[in-house]
Amino acid sequence: MYFLLFCQQFLNGLQFGVMLFLMASGLTLVFGIMNLINLAHGSLFMVGAYLCATVFQKTGSFLLGLLVALPGAALVGIVVEAVALRKLYTRDHLDQVLATFGLILFFNELTKIVWGPRALFLDVPEALSGTIEIIPGAPYPAFRLAIIAVGIIVAIFLYLMITRTRLGMLIRASATNREIIGALGVNVKLLYTLVFGLGALLAGLAGAMAGPLVSVEVGMGEDILILTFVVIVIGGIGSIRGALVGAILVGLIDTLGRAFLPSFFKLFIDPATADGVGASLASMAIYILMTIILAWRPRGLLPAHG
Amino acid sequence: MPLAGLVLLIGLPPVASVLGETFYIGLFSRVLIYALAAVSLDLILGFGGMVSFGHAAFFGAGAYVVGILAFHGMEESAFISWPFVLMGTDNALISWPLAILTSAGLALLIGAISLRTSGVYFIMITLAFAQMIYFFFTSLEKYGGDDGLSLFARSRIGGLDLNNDATFYYLCLGLLIGFILLSYRLVNSRFGMVIRGSRENETRMGSLGFPTYRYKLVCFVIAGAGAGLSGALIANQTEFVSPSLMHWTVSGEILVMVILGGVGTLLGPVFGAAALLLLEEFLSLYTEHWMLVLGPILIFVILFARRGLYGSIVERIAQNG
Repeated sequence: MYFLLFCQQFLNGLQFGVMLFLMASGLTLVFGIMNLINLAHGSLFMVGAYLCATVFQKTGSFLLGLLVALPGAALVGIVVEAVALRKLYTRDHLDQVLATFGLILFFNELTKIVWGPRALFLDVPEALSGTIEIIPGAPYPAFRLAIIAVGIIVAIFLYLMITRTRLGMLIRASATNREIIGALGVNVKLLYTLVFGLGALLAGLAGAMAGPLVSVEVGMGEDILILTFVVIVIGGIGSIRGALVGAILVGLIDTLGRAFLPSFFKLFIDPATADGVGASLASMAIYILMTIILAWRPRGLLPAHG
Repeated sequence: MPLAGLVLLIGLPPVASVLGETFYIGLFSRVLIYALAAVSLDLILGFGGMVSFGHAAFFGAGAYVVGILAFHGMEESAFISWPFVLMGTDNALISWPLAILTSAGLALLIGAISLRTSGVYFIMITLAFAQMIYFFFTSLEKYGGDDGLSLFARSRIGGLDLNNDATFYYLCLGLLIGFILLSYRLVNSRFGMVIRGSRENETRMGSLGFPTYRYKLVCFVIAGAGAGLSGALIANQTEFVSPSLMHWTVSGEILVMVILGGVGTLLGPVFGAAALLLLEEFLSLYTEHWMLVLGPILIFVILFARRGLYGSIVERIAQNG
């Protein structure tokens, strides 16, 4: 019984990790290549969630929702890049943090005006509403499994794109030295916009898929944004592989910690205190992990280059 | 210019009372308190080049020390019973220094680890620590958890009646001026020179024989102590403490105040705090969606007015005179 519970929580952690990976891969690419800290990445997550939720509620088709949310989030990302962020590439990190902080305020308020302050709640799409017994005796929601599958597909796609295609080569090259790439006649501006659009699309995908699992509300992007930063800092900024490792690590530790730390402490201390201590330690766990990793390897687990 | 501002600030409570707009005394107390937090952040940010994204942790911790001690004071129970007994109290002469000490201790711990990193990693690790402390306080069920803790009354301090808004206002003003003077002495001392030197080129300062890590850590602790004091004040001003005081957006807002006013100046953050809080207040008169306006203003200032409000004014005066 305990083992099955563990398996379920493990899969939950994996699914959460996948979600974080979708966010982190975009954020880490933007950072690795344009040297930009983008706090507004969480806003793209929110945009994706709202677009998908609205279409899904209107038409009843989740797929259609995805088809609107992905290009929608990418478009918003591209517009934001062209209007505001492009001017920030050469600025120091402090300016970037503050300007994108301003963007968050703007997006949150805009969302509140368009969709209202009340949260949207979605059902899991019909086709994926059942459960699947991948481990005998432990039925697991098909929708969460689908998310894990999507994450694996995206990871493979990103890996192939970065290592095997011309675009990927240019991305790697411009992360190493953008001036030389520009001097060789590559349109760096366009490349940056493309990369940013790709990151926005992945954030939108994460948001759209998160819709049926959490409540779609203003500010939903911020909580996951902070976790995403923890992920890319643990993994090493600019590294997709690092983002994957970091995301799975954070997803598992956070989920398993929340599920098991309170009952673990009950072995030693009285239940009421154990719940409190366990819950607080569980929510602090990933930050403790990040601190330990940074103290041990100040550039993250798998630094991108150098 | 600063003198005119000071005269305005000193004259505010009587004028507001005469006009019957006592609301402004509370609003400007808040401005002074946040200004104190912003000046303390500017010590490490503007002079030390350390971009801390977790300053709200020290701010909130200071507030909680005052809140928790007042809570135990009400219950007449002990906050700490071992290894020594610390009874709860609403005496400011006990709880405020303890708030400062707690925040300073926290800053020592966080700074000691964070200062091993630099650049983006420093921004992120300070953010992570602040989150840790945020979640720690949300899980303190005894002290209200998420919902926070209401204070029964403001702290007692000798013969002063802090429940009188004007008295409290002048106390905040006095403490702010005191902290600015202290900071002024600090940044212009040998210590301050080392700090500013390591902002420009840490390797060179190291080669000159200065243990820059230790200098920066001390600066970080002083900034944490300042934020702790402003936290103790905000707990008294609102008579309420909650984890939202140390939410990461508060760290962002304090950063914004520093940048808006002018980074690397001691009076700039005061202008920044006033500008941000008054702008919030002013915009919210016209629309509940004031953040829709504030966000773009912020981006605009960062893109086009890099020296901040105070920095631009000083520059203008320098050019004309």
